[in-house]
Amino acid sequence: MQPNDLDRIARQIRLRDLQAVFEAGAGHIGGEMSAIDILTALYFRVLRIWPDQPKHPERDRFVLSKGHVALALYVTLAKRGFISEEEIGTFLKPHSRLNGHPNCNKVPGVETNTGPLGHGLPVAVGMAKAAKLTGANYRTYVMTGDGEMQEGSNWEAIASAAQFGLDNLTLIIDHNRFQQGAALKDTNNLAPFPAKLEAFGWDVTEINGNAMDEIVPALERRGERPHCIVAHTNKGHGISFMQDKVDWHHKVPNAEQYEIAVAELSEAL
Amino acid sequence: MKDVITSPKLHDCRDAFVAVLERLGAANPKVVAVCNDSVGSSKLGGFKSKWPERLVNVGIAEQNMVGVGAGLANGGLLPFVCGAACFLTGRSLEQIKADIAYSNANVKLIGISSGMAYGELGPTHHSIEDFAWTRVLPNLPVIAPCDSIETAAAVEWAARYEGPVFLRLSRVGVPDLLPPDHKFELGKANLLRDGDDITLVANGTLTHRMLKAADILAEQGIGARVLNMATVRPIDVDAVVAAARETGAILTAEEHSTFGGLGSAIAEFVVAEAPVPMKILGVPGIFAPTGSAEFLLDEFGMSPAAIAEAAVALIARKSSRA
Repeated sequence: MQPNDLDRIARQIRLRDLQAVFEAGAGHIGGEMSAIDILTALYFRVLRIWPDQPKHPERDRFVLSKGHVALALYVTLAKRGFISEEEIGTFLKPHSRLNGHPNCNKVPGVETNTGPLGHGLPVAVGMAKAAKLTGANYRTYVMTGDGEMQEGSNWEAIASAAQFGLDNLTLIIDHNRFQQGAALKDTNNLAPFPAKLEAFGWDVTEINGNAMDEIVPALERRGERPHCIVAHTNKGHGISFMQDKVDWHHKVPNAEQYEIAVAELSEAL
Repeated sequence: MKDVITSPKLHDCRDAFVAVLERLGAANPKVVAVCNDSVGSSKLGGFKSKWPERLVNVGIAEQNMVGVGAGLANGGLLPFVCGAACFLTGRSLEQIKADIAYSNANVKLIGISSGMAYGELGPTHHSIEDFAWTRVLPNLPVIAPCDSIETAAAVEWAARYEGPVFLRLSRVGVPDLLPPDHKFELGKANLLRDGDDITLVANGTLTHRMLKAADILAEQGIGARVLNMATVRPIDVDAVVAAARETGAILTAEEHSTFGGLGSAIAEFVVAEAPVPMKILGVPGIFAPTGSAEFLLDEFGMSPAAIAEAAVALIARKSSRA
């Protein structure tokens, strides 16, 4: 699938995500909008996956470590055929399997349960190490938030990935520059990320993480060391009034804002 | 079953663990060991020399160790994640909750040198909170074998069981108590000695002390039932309720805090199903002073003689109620 087609799908996913947040009255819309282009590229081009066989041993692994944007993953999984598109309507409803953070035992396509930050990368290191030990050819991808990189467990995992020579592992940092309460730079500014990852023995690619023609080649890059993609993204990307506003970490649009957002995302669908 | 103590020789249960692990490793190439620089203290040297590539040493990084274990299981391997129980559980509790128990990862967590095995090293190295921390987590069997025979049987069982397990081992020598052909059953207590006056329940390093206490009580004409209850979760509710109904008093002892451990787990069911007088022996909610594990167990009233005294006092409470 080519970047133009991926862009179209990403817009559809954004629109469905927005609708679900509006209907559920909750969600983490800012970080969902920043991550959706990368999720789209992964699920519609890069990952070797079989929606009818979600536990296929040869499947590529994707771990959404920033589990609070579960809705973006659910919508993507639905669009790709892992779950039904109608099921998105149950998001956050009583007894729905689609709660605020993904559950691998309930939702096909989810690899491990995330929610507390700093968990996905160590698990992804284990997945990549398992492939090395068993000779499996699958590749492991994991997405963290930039604020999430403040968790020390990530740096334990980064060091071990280099030590283990995990050239089959890709870390994507969704660098939208905002965490829950404030800008990254005003909280505990780990940016710039590249030199830090390189110092640990990783290859690093910096991209515009909302530009498909940069996302795809970065995800498809193969090297001899673990690979980190520092994806410069915009929180709330695609919806003008949300962009780069910390309030939209988990704010829910009112009816008027919703109409504006729908109109913006519906252009060029 | 008074002569249940078959050998006075003391065994380090870590040896039984690694003997089984290496047997499993030879039979199944999917068996891997994961550790936090604890090759020596987890006795993984033999495993490492046989299969160096299957020993995944993440260095001193317990959160990563547990997460990596979950990932290895996702990739189809059978990981035994080994580390000092204090660090494995305390440092990585959220990983155990989210990555292992909630994610239902087929990972075997092996807590080494649990309880006060590190004795003089002090409370930072004591693991007397781990029953409380782990047994509240759904989907995580919690097991503390009483001897090398039960350790070996529990490791064999854990390898066959599909799902997370926390196995709590000591390094303090204990005599063999169970028959050599013992088969481990999850959530099933072992009746080591029968009696009608009181039930003594223990696991891990306390079971053999309970048997000695029962000997002392027998000399006083008191019949004590002794249950070895390795499984802290799920509790053997039938054995607990039968003990309450048939003996009318339950005394527990454990190398753990008196808050939240085996005794607490039993009390939760005694209160609900068959209220009788109970006494919970353990570390009484303090950071322990300097001393070896054996010294501290005695210090906290868990010498066989002190256990017997506590039993007599508990039985008195039972008759004063009648």
